[in-house]
Amino acid sequence: MLKVNRLCTEYRDERGNAIRAAHEVSFDVPPGKLFTLLGPSGCGKTTTLRSIAGLERPRSGEITVGNETIYSSASGVFVPPNRRGLGMVFQSYAIWPHMTVFQNAAFPLQVGKRRLPRQQVEDRVLRVLKVVALDDMAEREATKLSGGQQQRLALARALVMEPPLLLLDEPLSNLDAKLRERMRFELKRLQRELGITTVYVTHDQSEALALSHSIAVMNRGVIQQVGTPREIYERPGNQFVADFIGSTNFLHATVKGPEANGFYRVSSEVGELKVHAVEGLEAGAKVVVSIRPEDIRLSERRPQEGNVLYGTVDTKVFLGESVDFQVKVGERPLLSRAHPSLRTQVGHPIYLSMDPEKCVALRETAEWTPTE
Amino acid sequence: MSTSTGITTITASRVAEFARPRFDLKWLIIGLCVALTVYLGVVPLGFLLWQSFFTPQSAAKAAEFTLRNYTEAYAAARTWVLFWNSIQFAIGTAVLAFVLGTLLAWMNERTNTPFKSLFFALSIIPLIIPGILFTVAWILLGSPKIGLINLALQRVFDTQTVFFNVYSMWGMIWVDALHYSPMAFLLMTAAFRSMDPALEESAVMSGANVLQVVAKVTLPLVWPAIFATLLILFVRAIESFEVPALLGLPVGIQVFTSAIYQAVHRYPSQIGLASAYAVTLLAITTLGIYFQSRLSTRGNKYATMTGKGFRPRLIDLGKWRYLTVAIFLAYFFLIVVLPFAVLLWSSLQKFYSVPSMEALSRLTLEPYRTIIGYPSLARSVWNSLLLSLGTATLVMLVTSVICWIVVKTKLPGRWLLDNIASLPMVFPGIVLGLAIMILYLYLPIGVYGTIWILLIAYVTRFLPYGLRYNTTSMLQIHKELEESAAMSGASWATTFRRVILPLLKPGLLAGWIYIVIVSIRELSSSILLYSPGTEVVSILIWELWENGQYVELSALGVMFILALFVLVLIAQLVGKRFGIKEA
Repeated sequence: MLKVNRLCTEYRDERGNAIRAAHEVSFDVPPGKLFTLLGPSGCGKTTTLRSIAGLERPRSGEITVGNETIYSSASGVFVPPNRRGLGMVFQSYAIWPHMTVFQNAAFPLQVGKRRLPRQQVEDRVLRVLKVVALDDMAEREATKLSGGQQQRLALARALVMEPPLLLLDEPLSNLDAKLRERMRFELKRLQRELGITTVYVTHDQSEALALSHSIAVMNRGVIQQVGTPREIYERPGNQFVADFIGSTNFLHATVKGPEANGFYRVSSEVGELKVHAVEGLEAGAKVVVSIRPEDIRLSERRPQEGNVLYGTVDTKVFLGESVDFQVKVGERPLLSRAHPSLRTQVGHPIYLSMDPEKCVALRETAEWTPTE
Repeated sequence: MSTSTGITTITASRVAEFARPRFDLKWLIIGLCVALTVYLGVVPLGFLLWQSFFTPQSAAKAAEFTLRNYTEAYAAARTWVLFWNSIQFAIGTAVLAFVLGTLLAWMNERTNTPFKSLFFALSIIPLIIPGILFTVAWILLGSPKIGLINLALQRVFDTQTVFFNVYSMWGMIWVDALHYSPMAFLLMTAAFRSMDPALEESAVMSGANVLQVVAKVTLPLVWPAIFATLLILFVRAIESFEVPALLGLPVGIQVFTSAIYQAVHRYPSQIGLASAYAVTLLAITTLGIYFQSRLSTRGNKYATMTGKGFRPRLIDLGKWRYLTVAIFLAYFFLIVVLPFAVLLWSSLQKFYSVPSMEALSRLTLEPYRTIIGYPSLARSVWNSLLLSLGTATLVMLVTSVICWIVVKTKLPGRWLLDNIASLPMVFPGIVLGLAIMILYLYLPIGVYGTIWILLIAYVTRFLPYGLRYNTTSMLQIHKELEESAAMSGASWATTFRRVILPLLKPGLLAGWIYIVIVSIRELSSSILLYSPGTEVVSILIWELWENGQYVELSALGVMFILALFVLVLIAQLVGKRFGIKEA
């Protein structure tokens, strides 16, 4: 449905230097799917979205929607945003304060290439307002809406044209936490029901994991990994992805030798481990092993299988649904998330066990800097 | 349109389905507005400079390059007198207006002087009493022969001494400084407001008294604002025309503005000489404005100016507050009550006579009847209305586009456009009038002698004001509001009409009303550009003065002031609603 091919976009800072915002970005979004661009601020995700929208002029590459090329540097095509016919929800919602709810939603039907007769405009606007549950507020001034309602109005305005592609730029970031959670479900239900192809931009990994069919993690203008939420979480492609999505323990290690089925034996800071790797690793290679806190099981009695380590409880943080344990294995602290029923005291010894499947070996990335 | 439409349309038209030839309104509108602004801002200036270096063109002889205008102007001892007069007048006015304005601003912002709500009136007085009426009123008050102040003092002291002669350098400074003091008040109020009072309070806590606080803390901190205010007052004073023309010329005190007027109105008119004077004056004002804007930007960076919501603890003046309130009431009397009262009195007399019981019995509405039946009144009111409404509308629309380019786009050279549109700020009214007069005397496009030349002058003169009002509003429009319209399929022109302009409305309206008011009172450019049939109200007042028809002038003046008062009240209401909406 949407095809982005080797897209490069630059912009100029105050001193006129070109800043590479998106570099060689390529991805495909199949019809009806929700695709998320995820990354820290300044990673190029918004620039990529705005290039698809036509609000930013790329330097090179190609973008097609359906069968229509909307941008191509090779053949010199740049369709201006107002003739791309895409729906977009902005971070600030960009609800026009001088119009009513109805006027806001009707605007796209009154200004575009094909203008509809009055009756049809009314029908379609009311239909789309019903979809977002704003039909009883049609005559209200747009400024009188709450944050969540404005967000839904922005969505209605983007949908009213029945666009082939919906672009969402951090649509939930301006809502408070509770409402954000609710709108997340709402948005997912709506997208799945309407089956509209969607590109979603966010810096919030839990949002991305909850909503997406597939996710592209971006950093410094470059896509780091594309995959389903589960793949991204369980099989991070590199150190950046592992660190950015969720929290993780990184252990430096050296490969000793391969075992069957993509498993390897490594010698790490805390001892010998059996780990999994997607790519082939040669003996002697330097790697980092990423282990999620919830994949480290704690027990007071020695477990039977998996990688087993022995340590002392250093600190505990009670979080309600879980307890975070900081366990020291030798001098190396490891974070583990355990069930609140585990009551081992600080200073007491404890066993750690890890499924080799969940210990992911990654090549060290030189220019990677950890996120806070 | 094929070459100048820009890349957007060219590349877009290559896509098959958009292949139909499109006439892109966007670049047409932008092109027209930019061309108009550049034309208005640059061409008259260029022509003025050119003219000052050439001999007059006549049917027999083409214009030739010459430095004679300058050598003649500067060889004459008269010119140096002129220069000295102008500087003396401008500095005197700036200092006196500054002292008055600062005293009032300090009383209003930092002390517990009673009747403070009256201070609000200070901000609107300069708008409702045009310079020419203020000057005429002060002639009626301070002339040596008929001035009421002299007559009253002479009666009290039973002498024939002339106590106050408005026809003198000091008289000119006095009247002009009074006229500009509300401006000083407003500028200094802003300076006081942006200064953190904790700095003063800590001086009080250290044991300083009021005078020490003012001298050691307050003044040093507001110094950049003080200097900027003095500079802008100096520029305004050296540009002012009404006071030097009405008070200085009868006794032979010439400054640049009145000398330009005289050089043009002499027979044969000496346009070359006038241009030489105008270029000199322009150089002075440009320097002044340049340093003033430099200072203001520096002042903003001044560390103590935090500028956010604090209400200073007011200094308790104790019984001294009776003195401050007396100062304030006296000032209010001098600037509003006396001038208006004297105009009102004179407008109710058949022939001008000083107030007495006898004159009181002869009150009549005769002047009002005369002026309403005056042959050119209806025409000049109509001209003034047409011009002010037309100017305001045109300026606000053109500057909204200019401002959009400057604020919302990243077009290279947009800062230049901003500066060109602000350029007319440095033009004294009479210099602009002269430049435009010369330009359309040479350009045979049938503008000279029509009302259009006045429209061109007004639009040029008030372009910077429109730009400022629009910029304030434009900065508050989030760029996503525009982008969402584009994503909805709206073209640039549609977006501008249906999203930008409605969102700009408060600023547009406030700026529009302001420009209506200032163009209705415009005199110093019009005086060189009007011709029989295109008089405006301020010109009519000027002519009545020249004809000695004082009572009719007063009647017209009273009605004019009342009309402006109503307009300003409307503007204040609009401004208030705007403010509430933005908060």
